[in-house]
Amino acid sequence: MVSLSQRVSVPARRSLEAIVLPVAALAVALIIFGCFCALAGANPFAVYGSIYQAAFGRWSAWQNTLIRAAPLMLTALCTALPARLGLVIIGNEGALVMGGLAAVVVGLNVGTSLPPLVAQGAMALAGMVAGGLWIMLAGALRHYRGVNETISSLLLNYIAIALMNHLVEGPMRDTSFVTKPSSAQLDPSIVLGTIPGTRIHFGLLYGLIVCVLAYYLIQRTTFGFAARTAGGNIRAARIAGLPVGKLTLAVCFLGGSAAGLAGMVEVAAVQKRINESVVSSYGYAGILVAFVSRHNPLATVLVAVLLGGILASGGILQRAHDLPDATVLVFQGIVFLCVLFSDSLYGKLPWFREMGEN
Amino acid sequence: MPPRSSFRFSRRQIIRGLLATTAFGAATKLNACAAGPTESTDGAEETGGTADEIVVGFIYVGPKDDFGYNQAHAEGAAAMAAVPGIKIIEEASVPETTAVLETMRSMIEIDGAQVLFPTSFGYFDPYILELAAEFPEVQFFHAGGLYQEDVHPENVGSYFGYIDEAQYVAGVVAGHASKDGNLGFVAAKPIPQVLRNINSFTLGAKSVNPDATTQVIFTGDWALPVKEAEATNSMADQGIDVVTCHVDSPKVVIETAEKRGIFSSGYHADQSPLAPKGYLTGAEWDWVSIYTFLGEQFVEGKTLMAGDIDHILRGGLADDFCKLSAYGPAVSDEAKADADAAKEKFLAGELVIYEGELKDNTGQSILSADEKYEQQNIELEKMDWLIEGVKGSIDG
Repeated sequence: MVSLSQRVSVPARRSLEAIVLPVAALAVALIIFGCFCALAGANPFAVYGSIYQAAFGRWSAWQNTLIRAAPLMLTALCTALPARLGLVIIGNEGALVMGGLAAVVVGLNVGTSLPPLVAQGAMALAGMVAGGLWIMLAGALRHYRGVNETISSLLLNYIAIALMNHLVEGPMRDTSFVTKPSSAQLDPSIVLGTIPGTRIHFGLLYGLIVCVLAYYLIQRTTFGFAARTAGGNIRAARIAGLPVGKLTLAVCFLGGSAAGLAGMVEVAAVQKRINESVVSSYGYAGILVAFVSRHNPLATVLVAVLLGGILASGGILQRAHDLPDATVLVFQGIVFLCVLFSDSLYGKLPWFREMGEN
Repeated sequence: MPPRSSFRFSRRQIIRGLLATTAFGAATKLNACAAGPTESTDGAEETGGTADEIVVGFIYVGPKDDFGYNQAHAEGAAAMAAVPGIKIIEEASVPETTAVLETMRSMIEIDGAQVLFPTSFGYFDPYILELAAEFPEVQFFHAGGLYQEDVHPENVGSYFGYIDEAQYVAGVVAGHASKDGNLGFVAAKPIPQVLRNINSFTLGAKSVNPDATTQVIFTGDWALPVKEAEATNSMADQGIDVVTCHVDSPKVVIETAEKRGIFSSGYHADQSPLAPKGYLTGAEWDWVSIYTFLGEQFVEGKTLMAGDIDHILRGGLADDFCKLSAYGPAVSDEAKADADAAKEKFLAGELVIYEGELKDNTGQSILSADEKYEQQNIELEKMDWLIEGVKGSIDG
């Protein structure tokens, strides 16, 4: 025992803690979920097997998982980035909707007048700016007026959704599309295609690139350092002369712009127009991803893939095991609770924090 | 140093615990891997192995027991499952995003489905169209009037009922039940299908009480329980004494009406258990008959692609595409007589709901005295007006 503790250095233990705890939380979640399945009359091991098969069993399943994971990587950053500054932002859904809305407005106005790549770039930019400003609003309320950013960003979700519904039912409505009130359709030439050889749209690449950039920004730049310092101790940051207000606004803008980009991807690659279907809980699932990944943008990618896999397996749970349709939500909820609980264990387990003084 | 010794003890315990958890996790993982492949081969044998069994996939946008749209389809699916030679697979709560694409694909690729019934209206464009082009050998059936001949793929068919006929009859009952002719309609969105139900319900009520009016409230979405309850309550406060609705699940509207002591008329499925006192009747889908019919066609090897099954299946009360809930205890004999008479006329094909002279509720003329829209008229599927007697506007 003693030799083992001596062999593992303290920093190594710290990083080990960051891996062991979430993995253990997932394992506990699996056990609890297994009990739930057993109570519902399904064999837990067969259920685990099906989840694995449906999520990661073969290339087709992987594609299913990755398609679902793509928007989650982006929406997760909307919570993860401000969290490094000590803010709890849950306005992901609203920022996604605003981003999608702005992207459609730009896409419809641009039409075929610009080369497709430029048009897509303009749509992405519009989505990011709109989503960014939306969350920046919550940040500004927090900084200048002391309004709780969690509540304000949550409420902004409803405003964004109502605004979108208002526009597609009134000014922007395409009356020739009778399925549901929607905007007009984007020109096929500016629709985001799929990665060659797969059915995964380019949104996945956007997600991966943005997550890597976000990681670099937060962990490797002065800006990121300043943000983390302000998140660690806001008074100390002020005394050190850091522009806390500007940092708050900038980080909120960046977080919101990631979710806004997710909205752009959703309309440009999947829906091809905007309507209520764009509100499909990617934003809320993103909050889960951000917390599980402990607000680390690189871990976000892995967790998004994991959650994408869980969502991808939802169908097989119903079809192969006769479990109710809410089962996949139960699983997601158990995972969330276990991970949140494990969060409270950081620094409490002696082995991980044992210092040299022993 | 007592604190230190207890410290070490707990550390050992924790390590042991962690090891145990990891071991259990690893064991379950291994088991899972071992169980996985056998599970799926079993599945393949079950479905793909028996060549004469036809696998039909049903996809719902919400839960199967919602007392509404999805339940009506799920009941029909259960009836199709009873047809020998048909095996159904189902998936509920599938949103109208890439999720439904993935569900359809996995039903085709993993379960070997040859026919799919993605039942939600919003699944059609772009999702069904996209997959239908990719899997030309799989038949896709969609409930709703969105299919266009010569435009959409051959392997896509549409079926839909003129449920506004049932709404008209329900309107007749409502017109009798209401004391002052104040009716209420909780509607989701101002799309043609919904407007048609509101107008037909109102025309039914006006056929027995020319002064009857229908207050309509659009909630803005298919499933907004809180707004539906608010709308119903505000209608009850205004003195409206019969409410009906067109939302995904009428449960909240019907239950709220019952609590407020007013009458209610159902939609989609039978909601009478929710309102034993105030439930008058309701316009229900009758997917059982059409699904049983289609199931028998599939077993006989008929397909859309070969032209053995019509691409457009339509019908009203006469063709068993829709039906009315059994009359509740509050329905008077007079109302029953008038409603039954209207129903008989529909069954005989003698009643045209939209017959001139008709005006909308802003005074614009819709039909002059010698004009009429028969049920099949395409104008009715583009409806963007509310009939005279409806209070409200499609702009919200």
